[in-house]
Amino acid sequence: MAKLKIDDLKKIKEKVQGTIAIRDGSHRAKITVHMGTCGIAAGARTILNAFMDEVNRRGVTDVILTTSGCAGLCSKEPMATVEVRGAAPVKYIELDEEKAKRIFADHVMDEKPVIEFALVQGSETTY
Amino acid sequence: MGKVYRTHILVCAGTGCVASGSLKVRDKMISEIERHGLKDEVMVASTGCNGFCAAGPITIVHPEGIFYKRLNVDDVPFFIEELLIKGRTVKKHLFTEEQRNEQIPIMNDIGFFKNQVLVVLKNRALIDPDVIDEYIGRDGYLPTSKALLEMTPDQIVEEVLTSGLRGRGGAGFSTGMKWKFCKEAKGEVKYILCNADEGDPGAFMDRSVLESDPHAVLEGMIIGGKAIGAHKGYIYVRAEYPLAIQRLNTAIGQARDYGLLGENIFGSGFDFDIELYYGAGAFVCGEETALMQSIEGKRGMPRPRPPFPAHKGLWAKPTVLNNVETFANIPQIIMRGGAWFASLGTETSKGTKVFALTGDVTNIGLIEVPMGITLRQIVYDIGGGIKNDKGLKAIQIGGPSGGCLPASIIDTPVDYESIVKTGAIVGSGGMVVMDEGNCMVDIAKFFLGFTAEESCGKCTPCRVGTAILLEKLTDISEGRGKDGDIEILETVGRNIISSSLCGLGQTAPNPILTTIRYFRDEYEAHIYDKKCPAKRCKALITFAIDPEKCTGCTLCKRNCPQQCISGEKKMPHTIDQSLCIRCSLCYDSCKFDAITVA
Ligand SMILES: Cc1cc2nc3c(=O)[nH]c(=O)nc-3n(C[C@H](O)[C@H](O)[C@H](O)COP(=O)(O)O)c2cc1C
Repeated sequence: MAKLKIDDLKKIKEKVQGTIAIRDGSHRAKITVHMGTCGIAAGARTILNAFMDEVNRRGVTDVILTTSGCAGLCSKEPMATVEVRGAAPVKYIELDEEKAKRIFADHVMDEKPVIEFALVQGSETTY
Repeated sequence: MGKVYRTHILVCAGTGCVASGSLKVRDKMISEIERHGLKDEVMVASTGCNGFCAAGPITIVHPEGIFYKRLNVDDVPFFIEELLIKGRTVKKHLFTEEQRNEQIPIMNDIGFFKNQVLVVLKNRALIDPDVIDEYIGRDGYLPTSKALLEMTPDQIVEEVLTSGLRGRGGAGFSTGMKWKFCKEAKGEVKYILCNADEGDPGAFMDRSVLESDPHAVLEGMIIGGKAIGAHKGYIYVRAEYPLAIQRLNTAIGQARDYGLLGENIFGSGFDFDIELYYGAGAFVCGEETALMQSIEGKRGMPRPRPPFPAHKGLWAKPTVLNNVETFANIPQIIMRGGAWFASLGTETSKGTKVFALTGDVTNIGLIEVPMGITLRQIVYDIGGGIKNDKGLKAIQIGGPSGGCLPASIIDTPVDYESIVKTGAIVGSGGMVVMDEGNCMVDIAKFFLGFTAEESCGKCTPCRVGTAILLEKLTDISEGRGKDGDIEILETVGRNIISSSLCGLGQTAPNPILTTIRYFRDEYEAHIYDKKCPAKRCKALITFAIDPEKCTGCTLCKRNCPQQCISGEKKMPHTIDQSLCIRCSLCYDSCKFDAITVA
């Protein structure tokens, strides 16, 4: 292993940023794919994979991807919630791979919600 | 760019959790995750100690930061299925706050964690201590690069002076001053030493820092080396800390591979390397001059100061010795500035302090709090109050060098000056909370037993004096106390303090002097009434059976190791006092509260 230069610290930091951000809450945006039984049956895993591909392909480090249980609207699955820091969360319904890619590009990257796929803005109060 | 995972499952691998099986839990998680085909979505890692050791094995699931307690190997298949396949919080393992009787899923909402301020422990449970890249990911080694490339030794010392940091090993001496003296001392060869001897009974602050964030300590030493002009550091770590030693060795190896230890670090022209030295566990070897003798291969005994180690330390070279926690504060002082650090804490005690909180408190574990927090906040807000609805009697702070403070002064702020005024010391961070069932004479006897055993014997007042104190305390607790004993304890104690060479003797009487100061009536009850009010001292209590309450169930009779309980079935039993050894087994086993202690 060659000796580290100061720039190498930055490179290593970038490399592990995705790992660290998910743990210390320093992310800019969070995508939650609802994976209750209903969501999984409706194809939520494809949506999750689509988002994951986007994260990996674009090499973004400040976006975290997570899953949760049923969002309570089983007929509108697959669903996902996108929260960009400082803005209200947006719930998206009846997703497919293409929609997921678009949401990622517009909402997560450019911070412009994709209104036509959205159910509502906001969310119930939770922990 | 590292791979992205949707979920991180972090299993605590501190000594406490490893002892309760956390490594097996981690391995089982990995195999279950593979079985479900989720290997590419979910990451399992182990971290250093979370501090909440009583709840182990601990698992934390991110990004939500959900805290799961007591998750054992057998629970794993169900846990993984619920969490990852069904996407649910696994209620069974959530933490329940006893007073509120409600489950609290989010780690940072739990009182134990919420009221802490993490500086030294900022990486705990967030990084894998065996992976240097994760440490760098949390801005690790940036402070070193700043100190080596952008700062002069004077500027480093100045920053540490501004921070107001005082040594965390017990005495609370200004770290900046210590570095300044050593920097100004003449000499080609100087040394930086880290004191990881941690000899106080019940203390595990330093062990936990080393286990959860070893690189922070290495960085502190490198920066200290640059400040005073040392190129070699030793960590004096007790051999009974195998996990800490293993993590340190891994960390040192990785730092060397990256060129963060060795020659010409960051191309700055500064060379520095670190070696471990294993201590055999003698308490006195934690004292600075004894520690240096021990590294030199001699018997660890304190020597008179001056000369101070800053001028003549290890191998008679100028030396700085600091505690583990002291060093772990340094990187952040360099990165965020001394003024930032000085903004935490009180006028004279800056920053935070790590404590090992144990005893009769609900939440036992390792905590980090801002200086100036009150004992009440520690015991109730973080500790969750006294276990089993009992009352608080005393708080022992500072270990064998400290004292027992009564519940009446629970609003005392925890800073060096306020605690010294009470007769105790902040010390290295041991804090034992005691309920009404503790006898203060017995506690004093416990600590004196420790110091009498650990006294190196060099100074007669300490060697003989601690033995006299222990003998007197034993007499008092066994019913042989006489009028005048309290005065003898006080006089001998004060003499040991004023005539011993090192901190061991200078503080050994503190547990006695504080218990006499705050609980004199308890000593008097032992001496004059031959009674132990807390009903702890065996020679002063008798067990009896209340015939009104006894149902004759025979349980006590069957449990009695002396076979000194007699009585027919369904008839009241009696204890033969001449044979009773006061083991308390009858008392503990009786289901009808029929055994009385007086
Ligand atoms: C009997 C005795 C035992 C000690 N044990 C320790 C110890 O285990 N760890 C420690 O850091 N300091 C211990 N000290 C304090 C050290 O002598 C020294 O003051 C300290 O390591 C300096 O570091 P600091 O300024 O960073 O606190 C002990 C002192 C005495 C008198």
